[in-house]
Amino acid sequence: MIRTLLVRGLLYGLLAGFAAGAFAFVVGEPHIDKAIALEQATASTEAGHSHGAGHSHGGGNAHEHGEEVGRGTQKAGLFLATALYGLAVGGVFALAYAGLRGRVGPRSDGALALAAAATAFTAVILVPFLKYPANPPAVGDPETINDRTVLYLSMIGIGLLATAIAVTAGRRVPGGPWARWPATALAFAVPVTVAIVLLPSVDEVPDGFPATLLWEFRLTSLGTQAVFWAVFGTLFGWACDRAAGRSRGVPA
Amino acid sequence: MSTLSAPSSSSPAPLSRVALWSLLAVPALMLLGYLVLMDNGAVSQTGAYLHELMHDGRHLLGVPCH
Repeated sequence: MIRTLLVRGLLYGLLAGFAAGAFAFVVGEPHIDKAIALEQATASTEAGHSHGAGHSHGGGNAHEHGEEVGRGTQKAGLFLATALYGLAVGGVFALAYAGLRGRVGPRSDGALALAAAATAFTAVILVPFLKYPANPPAVGDPETINDRTVLYLSMIGIGLLATAIAVTAGRRVPGGPWARWPATALAFAVPVTVAIVLLPSVDEVPDGFPATLLWEFRLTSLGTQAVFWAVFGTLFGWACDRAAGRSRGVPA
Repeated sequence: MSTLSAPSSSSPAPLSRVALWSLLAVPALMLLGYLVLMDNGAVSQTGAYLHELMHDGRHLLGVPCH
């Protein structure tokens, strides 16, 4: 049974990864191309850019990403990245789902899958995005990548922790849904807000980088994740419901 | 399609079984996620190759890239 769920998670994660890759390719790649063009223009006007010798972002005309791996390969790599990401995320999701099923959340298999996917998107994607939104090429100092990665992962941890707090609190609140749901939402929002206020901000947008391009890139990045989780939750939930219907002898 | 067919009962999976499967699968899945989203050569020993290949995906999936 757990093996079945795991295979299902891996398979539909892979498919949803391709769907997210297609969205990112069509909607996102033009923004990446524009950002890289800006980066190259900046690099060629100010040689010996302050990013330092260890990193080739400032190293003359050739963009770092054009040297070892061409832009065409990187665009194919986009699909590889989103597909493998889907595989990994789908597998972990399926195991979490196996642990939750029959214990927490909606009783219907399909509804639980959708609720879990929406919760995962909120806790693991939306919460980190609110504090440390995605950045296009040319934004971000390579020397702070480790710190920024740790902060980003911390926000994922905080999103998951806030979810656990909210679910636990929500189940203990007496009274009807008008008491339970606001209590759950509050128990989620408070720790997230505290973390967003207390954790250090990252402001590494270079002077003159177009605000519209930054906003459009970030929206596209959030959209890529939204496509992934919507497609994955729908496919996984559909398969779970169909399987549940079959085991009861009812056509789904 | 047999691998995709139902968890046959509606009772919860025993947590010990979930833990065992997680112990086997999660480290491998996390390693895959790390290589796709974050590796800059430290684990893969391919220098910047993975970073470059996964570059657009990292940016658009929203993780810090560089």
